[in-house]
Amino acid sequence: MSTTAIVMMVVAMVVIWGGLALAILNLSRSRSTPRASEVHRDL
Amino acid sequence: MSSSVVAEEEQRRGAFSSRRVFILAAIGSAVGLGNIWRFPYVAYENGGGAFVIPYLVALLTAGLPFLLLDYSIGHRFRGSPPLSFARLRRGAEGLGWWQVGICAVIAIYYAAVLAWAVRYTFFSFTKAWGSEPADFFIGEFLQVSDPGVTADPVAGVLVPLVVMWALVIGLLALGVQKGIGATAMVFIPVLVLSFGALVVVSLFLPGAGSGLDALFTPSWSALAEPTVWAAAFGQIFFSLSIGFGIMITYASYVHRHTDMPGSGLVVGFSNSGFELLAGIGVFAALGFMAQDSGQAVGEVAGEGGVGLAFIAFPAIINEAPAGALIGVLFFASLVLAGITSLISITEVVISAVRDKFELGRVSATLVVALPMAVLSVAFLGTTSGLYVLDIVDHFINQFGILLVAVVSMVVVVWGLRALPQLAAHLNDHTSVHIGLWWRALVGVVTPVALGYVLVDALVTDLRTPYEGYPTWMLVVFGWGSALAVIVVGFVLARLRWRDPWTVDALGAEDELSEGAQR
Repeated sequence: MSTTAIVMMVVAMVVIWGGLALAILNLSRSRSTPRASEVHRDL
Repeated sequence: MSSSVVAEEEQRRGAFSSRRVFILAAIGSAVGLGNIWRFPYVAYENGGGAFVIPYLVALLTAGLPFLLLDYSIGHRFRGSPPLSFARLRRGAEGLGWWQVGICAVIAIYYAAVLAWAVRYTFFSFTKAWGSEPADFFIGEFLQVSDPGVTADPVAGVLVPLVVMWALVIGLLALGVQKGIGATAMVFIPVLVLSFGALVVVSLFLPGAGSGLDALFTPSWSALAEPTVWAAAFGQIFFSLSIGFGIMITYASYVHRHTDMPGSGLVVGFSNSGFELLAGIGVFAALGFMAQDSGQAVGEVAGEGGVGLAFIAFPAIINEAPAGALIGVLFFASLVLAGITSLISITEVVISAVRDKFELGRVSATLVVALPMAVLSVAFLGTTSGLYVLDIVDHFINQFGILLVAVVSMVVVVWGLRALPQLAAHLNDHTSVHIGLWWRALVGVVTPVALGYVLVDALVTDLRTPYEGYPTWMLVVFGWGSALAVIVVGFVLARLRWRDPWTVDALGAEDELSEGAQR
């Protein structure tokens, strides 16, 4: 592979997969309100 | 709204048991065949490595904001598209049914591709397609007739198609959590593992590097081409399952106090993350194929889509070391990615019928999905199935999904001026503040960009008949299906709600909390 192709591949990976990692991290810090009914709701 | 009322609503309509289940179901919907067979080709054709830039711009300025618009509508108004739009404004219900009609049409042909992929998963073990995969696919497998419509059944397609519908109907009858949610909880991790394994195997094929070279070598001049930017917005739009009711429906099954913007970021980046993985896997394999046959990567890439999956990949599998393994992983991935998408598309129709006619889960599933299955078998299980699929797919994408998305967006934003209310709703529980930037993107940038893509597609199809098919076929299956869903949609919107209070009954708690913010 050429250097520019490798650089662009790495850029795409860092931005997209890194973005995903940040999005997951952000969401894991965001508290979702717990509910008593959550466990047994059998729908 | 008291908790008992909330529980009653969830009991009646169905609900995801947690945020995690919703996110996996939404990823299952977004990640479909297009991620695997469309994205790699679009990226390669439109600047290679340089495509990353318009692609990311499109994701951030149109894809994610539009996704949040869908979420806000479904989550705020707690209904299928017709119910959500009707609750937003009575007269807007037709937009919802238009979206429902599009979903019904797509499900009818989408199931056929999955049936093919199921057969090809088994063919992979023995390379049953022989040395000429193209002849096998068109001639022996699909037994494609001359252009036209025939009633000659093709048993090899018809039988797996019936099985596919039986499976999907069974899963949907189980309900939102036990059916849709549980399927996504299993299928999405398995899909990531199987496709990940495929990528690893592909990367070790001789010539894989030249394939990645072709995919990622940037052509910077492409950035000056409007068509490249249109391709980026089109890819993001079609890939995310936005604008035609799926995300409205799924969001309506999510508990009220949920961080929807934060969830949307995870869904959007997961979808793109999988596309990138698919691009690497597909082009590594194409690089091997090019080296093996002494051609350039561009020559073996073809046009993506059906040809890439059912003609190019079997050819690769024939020559590659561990070909059978590659085949099974590839086609099983198509099936896994496709089933979760087919479920989501069909659920939009079921959900709408349940809301309007107050039907139970199982009866609504049967009332909706059985006729769809019959149409699917009648039109796609015959020797003319490939033509019908190709034409309907093209037209319902451009003048169904894209058109309804732009129209509903403009109506919601500019006609009903609902953005302040929807932004306030999203901000009720969020890790990402929804400010004026969102209103600017959803109100101006996205409709302008998608409007451009739409007009461009319209001009192309008016100038040249799509793929040179006979005019009557294009009129009936192409323009006809796109028009029919509009007419049927607005007729259905005229029917009475079985329970007239459905449209008015929206949680008092929501009204109060949002009234306070205004």
